[in-house]
Amino acid sequence: MTDHRSQALVVVAHGSHLNPDSSAPANEHADTVRASGAFDEVRTGFWKEEPSLREVLRTVEADEAYVVPLFISEGYFTEQVIPRELRLDGWDVSAWDSDGLSADSATLTAGDVEKTVHYCGPVGTHGSFTDVLVRRAESVTGDPDVGRDFGLAVVGHGTERNENSAKAIEYHADRIRERGRFEEVQALYMDEEPEVDDVTDYFESDDVVVVPLFVSDGFHTQEDIPEDMGLTDDYRTGYDVPAAVDGSRLWYAGAVGTESLTADVIIERAADAGADVGDAVERVRDSTAPEPADD
Amino acid sequence: MDTERRLDALVGAVADGPVDCDGLRVERDDGYAVETPEGRHEGLDEAALRETLAADERLLDNWWTWHRLDGSRRAFLRWVEGADERPVDERYDLLEEGLTAGWGNLWIRVDLDDAETRRYELRHADDAAVDPADLTSFDDPLDLRRPLKFDDDGRYRPLKTAPNAPTGWRLGGLTGRDCVEAVDVAYPATVANWHRERTGTLDITHWRETTERQTGIYGVVEELPREAVEWVAEAACVDSQCLKRREWQYDEADDLAVDGGDGQFPCREPCSLVVAAARRWTTLEREEERTYELTLTPSEKEQVEAVIDAVADGTTDEIREADVYEGANRYRTRYLRAKRLDDEGNLCGVPTDPGDD
Repeated sequence: MTDHRSQALVVVAHGSHLNPDSSAPANEHADTVRASGAFDEVRTGFWKEEPSLREVLRTVEADEAYVVPLFISEGYFTEQVIPRELRLDGWDVSAWDSDGLSADSATLTAGDVEKTVHYCGPVGTHGSFTDVLVRRAESVTGDPDVGRDFGLAVVGHGTERNENSAKAIEYHADRIRERGRFEEVQALYMDEEPEVDDVTDYFESDDVVVVPLFVSDGFHTQEDIPEDMGLTDDYRTGYDVPAAVDGSRLWYAGAVGTESLTADVIIERAADAGADVGDAVERVRDSTAPEPADD
Repeated sequence: MDTERRLDALVGAVADGPVDCDGLRVERDDGYAVETPEGRHEGLDEAALRETLAADERLLDNWWTWHRLDGSRRAFLRWVEGADERPVDERYDLLEEGLTAGWGNLWIRVDLDDAETRRYELRHADDAAVDPADLTSFDDPLDLRRPLKFDDDGRYRPLKTAPNAPTGWRLGGLTGRDCVEAVDVAYPATVANWHRERTGTLDITHWRETTERQTGIYGVVEELPREAVEWVAEAACVDSQCLKRREWQYDEADDLAVDGGDGQFPCREPCSLVVAAARRWTTLEREEERTYELTLTPSEKEQVEAVIDAVADGTTDEIREADVYEGANRYRTRYLRAKRLDDEGNLCGVPTDPGDD
């Protein structure tokens, strides 16, 4: 280890001025990675909270920083805001050579620190994020083998805000469908057809797990979607899991990004960019596995 | 104290070059030369060097402590105990009893544990004299993240350097490294920026450059008029609202008239909260002014001013229930509303838009 260059993981996320829970997934996943010991240092930085994206790199001691955006899709934030705020010299989105789903990493320097920065694609478009969706379904049903006689809905924004957002939803829905584990898999959208409002129309299965492809719980996942699906008339009164809607049982999972296995994808993103993470991927997969529910 | 370990480390360090720390100087030439506040010894072999160094354990420990840290962390922890001002012996005497420093609303204490190793404790400054048993204890700096998200009234704190950090907790038994980590949880990047400022390398990004960089929904902020930026700074960037000292100006050669405050650590750029608020103000400043004719008594006019002051200063909670001599008293304000707002909520019955009569 004579030539060991110290390595830091920097998880960057949106955060919020209004919602205290917005940054919770980034912090929790950072803790999981920290506990894995795969990095000399693990930090978080936020667009709307502190440390800001502008100042997070100066809190890093390590020589190499692997920056992983805790975002669902490629787009405005991953392509413009984050690289600009981190002052990544010479950044151009062509460095990722991505079709909207295939961003990997780019190695750059930052204008305010003397470090090598490996800027990775977002968590949400990594192939392993499909496993997080499935794990989320296992968590919400308490059944590590869930799938048979179950439908799975993957929910997100439509193309209105970001074309790549819909791409990510379809990508994961297709991959889960191909595995043949669930009876049916359907991508649904909040602002276009097929709409999440009509969720039960799109499934024949009595049981449907609904997983919103969002990083953290907030207005969309806690208010909009539950009311749109008819889980509740008023989000403030809460809803049951599962909840009976139009003769189906809906297992509403909340934001997929809160699932602890997301930490694994963060590590994989950094490993894909060249970080030496040893066997941390396997260990995090084990450590974040849900306890089987008591029968 | 593990003196042998410290001696081994120092002998190893001198092999790479002279050691110079707070009055201890060791170099290797023909044999070793040692300089301490007590005097200078030259031509020592290693055994004599070790014997000489071991005679002043504090000086040795002081070197050991600081050689293992660098950059802003080292500078900050040295600042906490006044290492640049206090000679080692005096400082260690004080450390036996405990030394304290303040950082924003934080109270930091350092003393020596049974093994003569520095241990740090953090609290809210208001809790400095509170019995530790009455405070919630944490031992991991990251444990502070959750409590520090909310003020003492349970409200979310979107700005970590707002002077409303909660009280009632303590974080004890910290190493120096963990102490800096905890300060960074409470006030992220303040140590790094303070250190940059002290070493003359603070990179300030002024208002214009910050707003010109914005895109998307924040792209409009660069349209905010120059004079309104003064009001932004007065609204959000003064000591009563933020513990940082505003160092950014309107532009490199165009200072704001508003005072940047007396904070210990610098604010090097308008923060996201200020940019987001300025977006709203940019929209509002696009409106044309209008002249309204409102009929009020002199006391009512003063009362409107008192209500604005109380809300802006956050003092509405301090006004006693029955203190009807305060303009922002709730009964007084309800009376004013009953008298002066019509059923549509229009002040003095005057519609906001002339056509809405």
